Amino acid sequence: MAARTLDPTHRLIEKEPYYEAVGDEIRLFEAAYRQQIPVLLKGPTGCGKTRFMEHMAWRLRRPLITVSCHDDLTASDLVGRYLVKGGETVWVDGPLTRAVRAGGICYLDEIVEARKDTMVVIHPLADDRRTLPMEKLGQIVEAPAEFCLAISYNPGYQSVLKDLKQSTRQRFVALEFDYPSAALERRIVAAESGVAEAVADNLVRFAQMTRNLKGSGLEEGASTRLLVHAGKLIADGISPVTACKSAVAQAVTDDADMLKAIQELSSSIF
Amino acid sequence: MAQPPLSAADMESSLHIWLETEFTYFKVEQLAAELEPLARDEQDFILGWIRRIASTHITLAWQFGRRAPALLPRLERRLLEAWAVHACDVYDRTGLQTALRVMEQVDSFDVAQHRNDAAGALFDEIAPVLGNFVCGLSGRRLRIEEGDAAWTDGERIVLPPLIAALPDRDDNFQLAKATVALLWAQTRFGTLRIDHEGVAAHYADPERALARLYALETLRLTARIARELPGLHRQMQRLRAQLDPELPPGWRRFETALAADHATQDDSLALLGAAYAEAECPQWSDQGSLRPEAIAAARAARLDKEKARLRIRLAELLEEHQAAQTGPHPAPATPPALDAEPRDENGRLDFEITLDGAPLAPPDDVKQLLTSVYLDFGGIPPEYLIPAGDGEYDPKRVFDQPEDPDAVWHGTYHEKGAELYPEWDHGRQHYRKNWCVMREKTVTPAHDSFHRDTLAKYAGVVKHLRRKFEALRDENRIEKRQIQGDEIDLDALIEALADAKDGREMSDRLFVRLHRAERNIAVAFLVDMSGSTKGWINEAEREALILLCEALELLGDRYAIYGFSGTTRKRCELFRIKTFDEAYGDEVKARISGIRPQEYTRMGFALRHMSKLLNRVEARTRVLVTLSDGRPDDYFDVYRGQYGIEDTRMALLEATRTGIHPFCITLDRDARDYLPHMYGAARYIILDDVRQLPVKVTDIYRRITT
Repeated sequence: MAARTLDPTHRLIEKEPYYEAVGDEIRLFEAAYRQQIPVLLKGPTGCGKTRFMEHMAWRLRRPLITVSCHDDLTASDLVGRYLVKGGETVWVDGPLTRAVRAGGICYLDEIVEARKDTMVVIHPLADDRRTLPMEKLGQIVEAPAEFCLAISYNPGYQSVLKDLKQSTRQRFVALEFDYPSAALERRIVAAESGVAEAVADNLVRFAQMTRNLKGSGLEEGASTRLLVHAGKLIADGISPVTACKSAVAQAVTDDADMLKAIQELSSSIF
Repeated sequence: MAQPPLSAADMESSLHIWLETEFTYFKVEQLAAELEPLARDEQDFILGWIRRIASTHITLAWQFGRRAPALLPRLERRLLEAWAVHACDVYDRTGLQTALRVMEQVDSFDVAQHRNDAAGALFDEIAPVLGNFVCGLSGRRLRIEEGDAAWTDGERIVLPPLIAALPDRDDNFQLAKATVALLWAQTRFGTLRIDHEGVAAHYADPERALARLYALETLRLTARIARELPGLHRQMQRLRAQLDPELPPGWRRFETALAADHATQDDSLALLGAAYAEAECPQWSDQGSLRPEAIAAARAARLDKEKARLRIRLAELLEEHQAAQTGPHPAPATPPALDAEPRDENGRLDFEITLDGAPLAPPDDVKQLLTSVYLDFGGIPPEYLIPAGDGEYDPKRVFDQPEDPDAVWHGTYHEKGAELYPEWDHGRQHYRKNWCVMREKTVTPAHDSFHRDTLAKYAGVVKHLRRKFEALRDENRIEKRQIQGDEIDLDALIEALADAKDGREMSDRLFVRLHRAERNIAVAFLVDMSGSTKGWINEAEREALILLCEALELLGDRYAIYGFSGTTRKRCELFRIKTFDEAYGDEVKARISGIRPQEYTRMGFALRHMSKLLNRVEARTRVLVTLSDGRPDDYFDVYRGQYGIEDTRMALLEATRTGIHPFCITLDRDARDYLPHMYGAARYIILDDVRQLPVKVTDIYRRITT
């Protein structure tokens, strides 16, 4: 089957993305959206930040434009640039500009990874001005009421270099995400991967054990996403111990002793 | 092709030298005769170890040599090696007498009992894995330590050096894992809450009662593990079927009773009377042993301290909470009602703290304390939840304090509060564990005009350096003719258009791009503060550091400066001059000025500690620069000569392995011979003239970091 090509600014998410609310984050996000306040999602990797954004885009019926930030991402990558077409220079909007113009939700994933100058671009969008200055065009784009800016940030990296500046973070409403409670996580793993409740329960228990190891050799414990991966493999007929090894243990560490220890934990449970 | 065996005469001459028979009168002829019939690789193996042990202690080597030929046919080499290293470690720790006892124990080695040793699980091999394993299980953090048998006191799990009950290596590991899990379960599920000695005292034969209580508890914990860790339980059943006799028929009813979901240690105690009457008492090979006195001692030491710690932390938590509330609050008339609700479900232990009914998020250390208290009592006693009042406790007594490095020397030698580092013994070809006792101290600052004088003296150089370093700093540049970029490269575009009109292919490199090469370097300077630097060298070092700091401040690299010195392995000292977090201010300048020659040049520990510090800093490139005046040396110690050179070499290799770039600057003009070997892993430079040092060091730094 051929892959479909879609324009993100006009694509609305049709089917409800599966999301289990942990607290009142859905109501908070909706309120912030109505009040035109940008949102900052904090939390460890794989705990459902991106899924939450998809869910909210579906709920609010707005297109979602996601930009995964990397350390070479510049302001022009977001705003736009001149390109050469047939001997002429043509201005091409970047994803942020397109999101503003279309009144969509722009989600900048892992914003701290981007270059410092990109932060400054989002500042005027993130306060009550809600404008995007386009220096090279000499224009200012005013954001419509439907536009919403959301960024995500993982405070767990503990790096002085990768911290959000106060001037940036104090413009946002912050929603904190964490791994869901055991019962909820069990439900999520079962629903997403299609394994039985009992298997999901053991997977969650296993995840809890790897999270106990955080700080004593592991940077992060197993995320819900990894559990879903392992669950999918199990549902496809892979033995649980092998699935945990490939989908979880190998994903969280390269250290030989730690790998073995995590495998021993999973083989103890299953 | 196998080499021909050595003759007795060949070996004798080497043995005479290694065992210094001129003074020790060991009868090496007999030993050589015993070794003669062996194959060449067996000879080499034993001779190699005799030589290596002899570098530690000759008598130990002699004892090894006398026993090894007889042991070789029945012991695997891996175990012989472990035995030899263990004997050396024991010698390092507790001296010759105990080490000789280790050597002698091998004689009582019963081959029948040890037929599986070759496949045994060695402590050193399994401890890292099982340490992480037990950390992953819930409850108090338990350490794994090596000892004579398998037992626990609720804070650590002790395992024997070798677990070898089965002929298969994996099975032996599984047995060790089952043992660790059962010992963990004792802490986690209440066995250690039993007052063992008190209970046993009610019986005519306390030993008999204790053994039966332990068996009952093992039954209960096994059933618990079956629910919590079913995979492990299957393994345990498999191994027990191989190793242990069936449960005596009289014990079946106990097993059923204790397998109930809600069974606690109280149920075991209730059954003890009946079990005491049973003639037989089951034992399992994975159950470890019970040490009531160790459990009681650890508990007694823990209880009061943790109560105090918890109450202090709760008081702090409360204060933070109140400070976070907006507006001034009148002090509440009644003390706030703190409550901690443990949630012990699904193999997970968690706590919810509520303050007057409203939930409060406890930080991790408070959770750890609550866990520990919960495991000691099976709940949180209300008096533990009263926040400590002002001055109720002396925090110095309750929390572990960093030891004052100077105060330690007023008493007897002890290693409290110090960091221990291994040292490479090239003779033994093995590390000496926890050999160097290292402490960090701060240089006493000298607030004088040294900084100003140095800048004045080197005014010209400083100006020159500034210019050079400023040029370095400005690394952002615009790259032209890129495929992608922020803006269009007009020159390239015009050329391309002209090309297109001309009928040639048009280039796609039409953009300019800002290249921002962020300097991301962390550097640690390690300065020789040994007595031999007295005079010129010391002054040159200090001047060099001032110039360096001036230059580094321009670059914005993160840097730290430490000095090293020491007398013997028991007193290795690192002097803080500037840490990574400190700013280059008056205090640091005064410390540089205050650098004074101290004692000797033991380098290994300093390199190892600096590597550790450096690896904690987030940076793309890590550089370790050492500045020394000569070969490593220490007071009345083997460190002088080859040993020190090899240890330094090894420490540099270790640093390189962790991704650090070591660079050594030395002033030792006379000894070019050993330098290439010692600095094998590092790049180095020899400065002939001390007076060059201040000017050169900065220049060298510029070169190695660009």
